[in-house]
Amino acid sequence: MRRVTTAVTTVGVLVAASALAACNKTPTARSTGPQIYAPIVGGPHALPPAAAAPADDGNWTMPGKNYAQTRFSALNQITPANIGKLSLAFTFSTGTTKGFEAPPLVVNGTMYIITPFPNYLYALDLTKPGAPTKWMFKPKPAAASQGVACCDVVNRGAVYDNGKIFFNTLDGQTFAVDASTGQMAWHTQLGDIQKGETITMAPLVADGKVIVGDSGGEMGVRGWLAALDEGSGKVVWKAYHTGPDKDVLIGPRFHPFYAMDRGKDLGVSSWPPDAWKIGGASAWGWVSYDPETKLIFYGTSNPGPWNPSQRPGDNKWSAGIFARDVDTGQAVWFYQSSPHDLFDHDDVNEIILADIPWGNGRRPVLFHPGRNGYFYVIDRRSGQVLSATPYGYINSSKGVDLRTGRLVPAADKEPQPGRTTRDICPASPGAKDWNPAAFSPITGLVYIPHINLCQDEGHSEANYISGTPYVGADVKMYAGPGGNRGVFTAWDPIRHRAVWEIKEDLPLWSPALVTAGNIVFYGTMDGWFKAVDARNGKLLWQFKAGSGIIGQPISYKGPDGRQYIAVIAGVGGWAGAIVSANMDPHDPTGALGFVNAVKDLPLKSTAGGILYVFTLPR
Amino acid sequence: MSSRFRASCILLLAAAALTVSACNREEHHSRAKPIGENIPAGASPPTIFPGGGSPPPLDARAALYDNNANAIGKGQQLFIQMNCVGCHSHGGGGMGPPLIDDQWRYGGRIDQIATTIAVGRPNGMPAWRGKLTADQIWDLAAYVRSLSGLPSKDAVSSRSEGMSAGTPQTLTPHGEIYNSDSAQQ
Repeated sequence: MRRVTTAVTTVGVLVAASALAACNKTPTARSTGPQIYAPIVGGPHALPPAAAAPADDGNWTMPGKNYAQTRFSALNQITPANIGKLSLAFTFSTGTTKGFEAPPLVVNGTMYIITPFPNYLYALDLTKPGAPTKWMFKPKPAAASQGVACCDVVNRGAVYDNGKIFFNTLDGQTFAVDASTGQMAWHTQLGDIQKGETITMAPLVADGKVIVGDSGGEMGVRGWLAALDEGSGKVVWKAYHTGPDKDVLIGPRFHPFYAMDRGKDLGVSSWPPDAWKIGGASAWGWVSYDPETKLIFYGTSNPGPWNPSQRPGDNKWSAGIFARDVDTGQAVWFYQSSPHDLFDHDDVNEIILADIPWGNGRRPVLFHPGRNGYFYVIDRRSGQVLSATPYGYINSSKGVDLRTGRLVPAADKEPQPGRTTRDICPASPGAKDWNPAAFSPITGLVYIPHINLCQDEGHSEANYISGTPYVGADVKMYAGPGGNRGVFTAWDPIRHRAVWEIKEDLPLWSPALVTAGNIVFYGTMDGWFKAVDARNGKLLWQFKAGSGIIGQPISYKGPDGRQYIAVIAGVGGWAGAIVSANMDPHDPTGALGFVNAVKDLPLKSTAGGILYVFTLPR
Repeated sequence: MSSRFRASCILLLAAAALTVSACNREEHHSRAKPIGENIPAGASPPTIFPGGGSPPPLDARAALYDNNANAIGKGQQLFIQMNCVGCHSHGGGGMGPPLIDDQWRYGGRIDQIATTIAVGRPNGMPAWRGKLTADQIWDLAAYVRSLSGLPSKDAVSSRSEGMSAGTPQTLTPHGEIYNSDSAQQ
């Protein structure tokens, strides 16, 4: 008896002590140097398909660099040996204070910059000292669109093709602007803000079509992807992601690999009556394109509302990947990574095309670091999942059943009505959100900037009122195991393991860039722009920008023949909205729960869009 | 009379006074003169009134709702039901600006808040006139005003309307926050 008492007391004291320790926690540097986990193995490794990743001409015409979305620059003047001398060439203030997620584009001596709302488009002349502005285009999107954009009023980039710049505006329009004069060629209204539809994604131009998808998974939209004629802006096809097969452009060519994705009108029958009409499943992420098969690949967002008890069923075609014929929009396959999504695990993350060694030959696949925490390798002809390996900490699911393709849920993390579920990992923004990884054909590794957050979540009945949020969830996020909120992982996609990893204190919301000089660039939300060795993660160089970095770094060859590195700072986005929208940190549920995880950010970064361009001194 | 007794009397009186003044918070106005179903005509935001002018006087209906526990309680429910919470969270902000801070773009008087709810604002605040009754709009305004800690604490709810992620208004801290809590609280 006595012994038991002692034991209980001891446990009690321990609990109290740890509780005290938790209360007194002072902010500490949670960033670490690289940890090496595995060697880079020689021999054949993954390569991007040549047709989707042509030889580098020194320009940067689309956010993903090429159709394979490698974010790899073949320029190699900047090396680990000389990067210590990398210095500022010029800067440019974008005149905006919202989250800057877009990359600059560079085409034959001109740089193009698309800003967050109000979506200014600038052209800078790189042939002149200081890169003066050539022209500026103001699309004047409706101000009210800011009230229906879920997670800051960002824009993820423009794209150049055939003499024009194409971009989307927050209020649901697509614009084509003459790249040399700045005159508008056409614009097409696609989204309706009265229904909560906005557009934040970067379009892709492929096969004479501009591919555009909507945002609004938190607003009860009915998600879609559309193809516009590149020359006229007229809609060629539009595929919805819920509803009857004819609206989803599902026809005779549709052959999903897994039984769970087969059947007639699943976009209706996998929802409660009429719920598909307001079921979300937007397409606000990245589109890839394989010119050989003429297929585009992209992911769909979370189903709405977040409260899963209001939408029993698999909720097709949300939270999955579509392969479609670019000419007709007809679906070729679909794979649902999170059937009946429980945690806002959209599946819109980047899709990197690669051919991997397979037997005596190669197999065409796609790499997809999913929001639910699994790094997917999927056969891009059939949609078969070849592997799905956790690249971050996961307790909300127990794996992916490769036989059925289904995510195996963890029963204890399934939210129940009327109670709060705690310690769900990864949190709603997933093990990784929108910010894309880079893929080096030299090392064969995928460089993944990502996050390490868990959350508590409770649900209430969401009421659908068009033009207002349709969520029904209270969320509170915090750092996951280890206390670091960001992680940068070099991933071996063939051996399904991390090669090295850097822990970062703040969530990583910036994409990555990798160069032929074997240097990886990424930014942190407190404004450090870092260059690390692609082979071992060693920090080679860093620069402190005036605002946190969530923008996409690029590398280009200037008119003077030198290699340049460019990135736009400007903290914000879902992760940084606490700063860019001046939120009050006293409410842990602010910004759909992200505020609680980044309460310290206002002291670490202030808002403001600034371009930084670096090069080696002559 | 001992000084101790005198002190007790003063305390008692003070307590009685408090009780009386606190009664207003429970006022339901069920027997009051009917009030028009009129949305506030458009209380001016705090701005410049040229020629030595001054802001228009507070709308007469304000007294029926401001600091009134019944109105604040009903507003608290509407705040969830009408999806205000989706944009403003539990006051910390999101798609919409925070409401628990001390900044008011269009004015923090209850009639100014009611006007904002009724007519909307250009950067995305929806116009609720025609979707909510005037009474509901005033209730919501009373609750929104209470989020910033302006009304007295005895009028606000000690219970959070959301799931357990938030703190009840009576416990809402108002002060600087620097550390990010990495653990659950």
